[in-house]
Amino acid sequence: MTSPLEQKKIRITGPSVVTANRTWDGVVIYRTAQQGWSAELSDAAIVRTSEEARALLTESIADDVGAIGAYVAPVEVKDTGAIKPGNLREHIRLQGVTIELPVPA
Amino acid sequence: MYAYDELDRTIINERVSEFRDQVKRRLSGELTEDEFKMLRLQNGVYLQLHAYMFRVAIPYGTLSTKQLRALAHVARRYDRGYGHFTTRQNIQFNWIKLAELPDALADLAEVGIHAMQTSGNNTRNVTSDQWAGVAPGEVEDPRIWSELLRQYTTLHPEFSFLPRKFKFAITASDHDRAAIKVHDIGLRLYKNAEGETGFEVLVGGGLGRTPFIGKTIKPFVHGHDLLSYVEAILRVYNQYGRRDNIYKARIKILVHELGIEKFAQEVEEEWLQMRDSALAIDDAVIEDIRSRFSYPAYEKLPHMPEELKKAAHDPHFEAWRKNSVFPHKVPGYAIVTLSLKPVGGPPGDATADQMDAIADLAEKYSFGEIRVGHEQNLALPHVARRDLPALWKALDKIGVATPNVNLVSDIIACPGLDYCSLANARSIPIAQELTRRFANHETANMIGRLHVNISGCINACGHHHVGHIGILGVEKNGEEFYQITIGGRADEQAAVGTLIGPAVPYGEVADVVEDIVEAYLALRARPEELFIDTVKRLGVEPFRERVYATR
Repeated sequence: MTSPLEQKKIRITGPSVVTANRTWDGVVIYRTAQQGWSAELSDAAIVRTSEEARALLTESIADDVGAIGAYVAPVEVKDTGAIKPGNLREHIRLQGVTIELPVPA
Repeated sequence: MYAYDELDRTIINERVSEFRDQVKRRLSGELTEDEFKMLRLQNGVYLQLHAYMFRVAIPYGTLSTKQLRALAHVARRYDRGYGHFTTRQNIQFNWIKLAELPDALADLAEVGIHAMQTSGNNTRNVTSDQWAGVAPGEVEDPRIWSELLRQYTTLHPEFSFLPRKFKFAITASDHDRAAIKVHDIGLRLYKNAEGETGFEVLVGGGLGRTPFIGKTIKPFVHGHDLLSYVEAILRVYNQYGRRDNIYKARIKILVHELGIEKFAQEVEEEWLQMRDSALAIDDAVIEDIRSRFSYPAYEKLPHMPEELKKAAHDPHFEAWRKNSVFPHKVPGYAIVTLSLKPVGGPPGDATADQMDAIADLAEKYSFGEIRVGHEQNLALPHVARRDLPALWKALDKIGVATPNVNLVSDIIACPGLDYCSLANARSIPIAQELTRRFANHETANMIGRLHVNISGCINACGHHHVGHIGILGVEKNGEEFYQITIGGRADEQAAVGTLIGPAVPYGEVADVVEDIVEAYLALRARPEELFIDTVKRLGVEPFRERVYATR
C-alpha cells in the first residue's frame, strides 16, 4: 500500500475515492462529501482531479481518531452513477474474501 | 508441557494491562496512530484489508488442551469462529476489533498465552521441531533450549529495537522439520565427538525479497555458551545492520555484504569479551527449565496391538495410517499429524469447533498435548498405537484426517490478497484449486512427497522459495500473475527454487502445476525417486520445456 505521504505526489488518472479502516474495529470505510465516513462505497465522495484527491486525503488523514491508513483508491463510475472498485484489491476490501469462509458468516 | 512460573505470569498480565491502557488512549484520541502503531505491532496487532489481524505466539509449537480451547474461545467470542495457523507456529485471527483486543489478550493470559513480539523489529517467537521430545533419534528435547531463548529474548531491551525482525529456529534431529536454514539464526543441537551437547550455529538465512540459505558461522557452540554467542551475533547485527533501507535491514543482507568470514570474525571478537560473563549458562538454569517440562507417564505397550491389526483391513484407515502416523521414540506410541489441508479448504485454518474437538481428543489420546508445525498442520505427539483406529474415526469426523500429509495437496499458503494488505495476488484460491485437482489419494500417493508452497507477494510468508514447487503471486497491469519455481526445499538440504519461466495468469496456475507433475512422472528414474530428486538430477530445463512448449 502506498503511504498517504507518497500518495500526495501521485496524480490520479480517473475517478477516485479515499478509503481507510475504522479505528475501533478495522472495518473498511470511505470518506464522504460531508466530511464523515461510511461503510458504503456508494456514499463515497468522488474526486476527479489530483488537487481534489489531495485535498480529500488531507482532510481524511486529519481524522486520526476515526480512521487509520487513509489512501486514495481508484473507482469506476458507471453510466448509472453506480460506483465500483477500480481494482481487485479494492473489490476484495468492499466485497470480502473471494473464498468461502471456514465458518459461514 | 512447560509450566510457566510466577514471573512469566506477571509479565503476561502486566502486558495485558499496559495494552488495555494503550488501546483506551488510542480510542480516545490521546494517542495518534503514529504513536500507537509500534505498540500494537509489539502485541501482534496488524491492520489488514478488512480488519485488524491478531497474531498469537505458540512458543516452539506446543499447546495444552486448555490453551487450544482458549484459542477456540477467542475465535468464537472475538472473531469469526476460526483461526489460521502460520508457518512460524503462530495463530492469526483475521477479524478482531481493536476495542475488544485487550479482553481477548486477557482471556489468553489466563492460560499463559500472549502475543508479545509476534510482530515488530524484535526477536520473534522461537520455533522448533513439532516432534520435539518425541522424535526417535533426537539428541534431546530442543524445546528446553527454545525456552531458554524465549526467556532471554522476551522484552530484552537491547533486542527490542533491532534493524528488522529476527527469527530463531531450533532442531535436535538429523532431519530438519523446523526449517532452521531459512531463519536469521538456525540452531542444530547435536553431540560432538567428545559427547558434549552443543549447537551448530547458522546465521543469515531468510526468505522474502532476497532469499538466502543460512550459513554455518560456528560448527560447535557448547550449550553453556549459547546465550553469549547468540548475544554476540545480535550485537554485531544491532551495530552494523542497516536501518536506512527496510529491504536491506535483515541480518541476511549484512552477512551477505560483509561475507560470512568477516561477520564471523566480528562475532568472535564480541563473543570473547563476554563469553565468561553472566551469560555463561549454569547447568542449574538448564536443569530448572528441564524440570518445568513435564512428560507423559508412558505405558509399556505392544507395537502391533490387536486394535491395529483389526483396523488394518479398512483401506481408508490404512491410507491414513501410512500417511499421517509417524514413529515415536517410545515403543507402542505414535506421532499423529492432523491435516489442516482438506480438499477445497484454506490451508492452515481450523474452526473453533475443530479446535475444541482436537483438545478433547488430545486429552483422551495424547496426554493433553498438541503441537503446531511450520507446514500449517497440527500433531498429537503421544498417541498409543492401540488408540489409532478410534482416534482416526474421531479425526475424520471433524475433517482433519485427510491422508495428504507431505503430499502435493499438503500446501503451505499465506493468506494472500484475500486478507493481507501487502499481498499482490491471492494464494488461498490457488491452493484450493490444487487440492481439488489432486484430491485422488491414489494419484497423490503415486506422485509421492511433494511440497507446494504459495505466497501472495514477495514477502514470502508462504515460503514459496523453499517449496519443491513454489508459487509467487505478482501483479502485472492490475492482473494477478504467478511465478513458478521448482527445486526449493526447507529441510537439512535447504535450497532456493529456480524460476522456470515467465509468470502465468491466475487461471493457468493449476494447469502449470499439473504439467510439472506430469513431467516429473514421465522423467523420474523410478517410482521411489522423489520430485525434488528428479529436479536435482535433471535441472529445471525439462520442466520448463513441458510447461512452456504449448504456452
